[in-house]
Amino acid sequence: MQARELAVPTTSTSTFSPISMLRKSDPLADTRMTVSLGPQHPSTHGVLRLELVLDGETVVSAIPDIGYLHTGMEKTMEKEKWQQVVTITCRMDYLNSMGNDLGYCLAVEKLMGVEVPERAKVIRVLLTELNRIASHLVWFGTHAMDIGAMTGFFYAFTHREKILDLFECATGARFHQSYFVIGGARYDVPDNFIPLCQEFLDGFPSLLAEAKKLVTGNKIFQTRTKGVGVISKEDAINWALSGPTIRGSGLNWDIRKSEPYSGYETYDFNVPVYNDGDVWSRYLVRMDEFHESWKICCQALERLRTIGGSVKSDHPKLKLPERDLMKEHIDVMIHHFLLASEGFTVPVGEVYQSIESARGEIAYYIVSDGAERPYRVRVRTPSFVNLAALPAMVEGSLLADVVAVIGSIDIVLGDVDR
Amino acid sequence: MSESIEQSQTHSSRYADASLVRTKFADTIEEIIEAIGEVTLIAKRDGLVELLTFLRDEPSLKFNYLSDIGGVDLGEFASPRFAVAYQLYSLDHNHRLRIKVFLPEDDANLPTLSKVWKAANWLEREIYDMFGVNFEGHPDQRRILMPADYEGHPLRKDFPMKGY
Repeated sequence: MQARELAVPTTSTSTFSPISMLRKSDPLADTRMTVSLGPQHPSTHGVLRLELVLDGETVVSAIPDIGYLHTGMEKTMEKEKWQQVVTITCRMDYLNSMGNDLGYCLAVEKLMGVEVPERAKVIRVLLTELNRIASHLVWFGTHAMDIGAMTGFFYAFTHREKILDLFECATGARFHQSYFVIGGARYDVPDNFIPLCQEFLDGFPSLLAEAKKLVTGNKIFQTRTKGVGVISKEDAINWALSGPTIRGSGLNWDIRKSEPYSGYETYDFNVPVYNDGDVWSRYLVRMDEFHESWKICCQALERLRTIGGSVKSDHPKLKLPERDLMKEHIDVMIHHFLLASEGFTVPVGEVYQSIESARGEIAYYIVSDGAERPYRVRVRTPSFVNLAALPAMVEGSLLADVVAVIGSIDIVLGDVDR
Repeated sequence: MSESIEQSQTHSSRYADASLVRTKFADTIEEIIEAIGEVTLIAKRDGLVELLTFLRDEPSLKFNYLSDIGGVDLGEFASPRFAVAYQLYSLDHNHRLRIKVFLPEDDANLPTLSKVWKAANWLEREIYDMFGVNFEGHPDQRRILMPADYEGHPLRKDFPMKGY
């Protein structure tokens, strides 16, 4: 309780006590200025609030204030059935919903010991990589716009729209698909998905070339990003950064390579790594990842054409019984009734499953007590952990650079606050 | 319906051999559990920081990456009531390990790890916010997701789903 008293503000006007504490201890407090950046500022990518103490235009200290989007998702998951949880996971990181669902499904499948059919794995890889491209396109558009390059945004969102159309075709939903289920995919993709996807993939490299021409070669963009927001490799590991953010600091670590899942080890792709640890390096990593994800998508689409079969595991807990059998056997009828009304149970145990989302390591720590609902789902979200290192990146730099750094770690506030 | 759990071929996370630290930290380590290919090391609170620092620095283990800290409330009437699970990962050896500590409700205190890994700072704040576990020596233990003047700890099992 002692620490709680500290957290409660003493005056009604100040709701954020640490700044006043910090200012008291600072001998130069009178010459400094406190600026609240956000939560409605467009460049904070949602509702991040930063309390910045400035000395002129130099940032002396930055304190992120998060929680504006906190909706208690981990708590809500405890009341949903195992399958229903995917409707929440895809709403956490809403730009990378496929990846979030995939991580959760893999974790529960590991706990249940379920093997996913080959075709479902291919669909999962294809859609997750398309989602990674879509997520990176949003990052590309908004990051460039934050720094002043407006035009890239329109190109990026035009092509993202095409990916959302593909999702609508395959899953029926554009944004919160909840398409992956425990044991595979909800249903097979329709026949017209493959030609539509092929059309998109054929046109994508030309977009990439255009985008590179628009932004990468832009001298102003380079000046704004090179040497800004530097974090060393050692610090990045210490802060537990992940994804493109740590790969921009020279660490070759991608969970798709180091702990492959869903058959990623059978795809041919590279992990782009840049060594400078600045905004520019992180930008280059993501720009290269477009191409690598596109390569994976092309390979997965080829496999989708050849690999047939079911897209859902025939594990008795996951598959509803055949209708003909139900009409003849009462026990099959009971099984169907229980599956449809109560859902399935998952063996007692705990599991930790990490995957590589568009932002880094998203991991699910799931505890099951053997019931039809999860006892506890803890989500390690990449944005939350990456954002913690933001003060280390911006302190000592200019106020205008803060915006560039926020864009370069590509946070999604739904992912931070959950 | 079989309830047996087998390590599936598709999941390739590797877990480290924890027997190396068993004798060295005999007082701290209570049990080593292996299930579905994952190794959980049940530890006591005393000597936890030393154990984790050793795991980070020992060349053959080198758990230099603190992946996550997750809290679990085992229920209003359970004793011990809370469990805190540290998920470690080694970038050099590509293996994982989970350290789990159980805490009674009337003494829900843990030493902070923010001096060992900077990443622990926010992760511990979240556990403090959600479960009310106190981290001794934490540099900045404030609520992180809930408002500063909020009452209660939402992820406790006796906290109602609809809130207060």
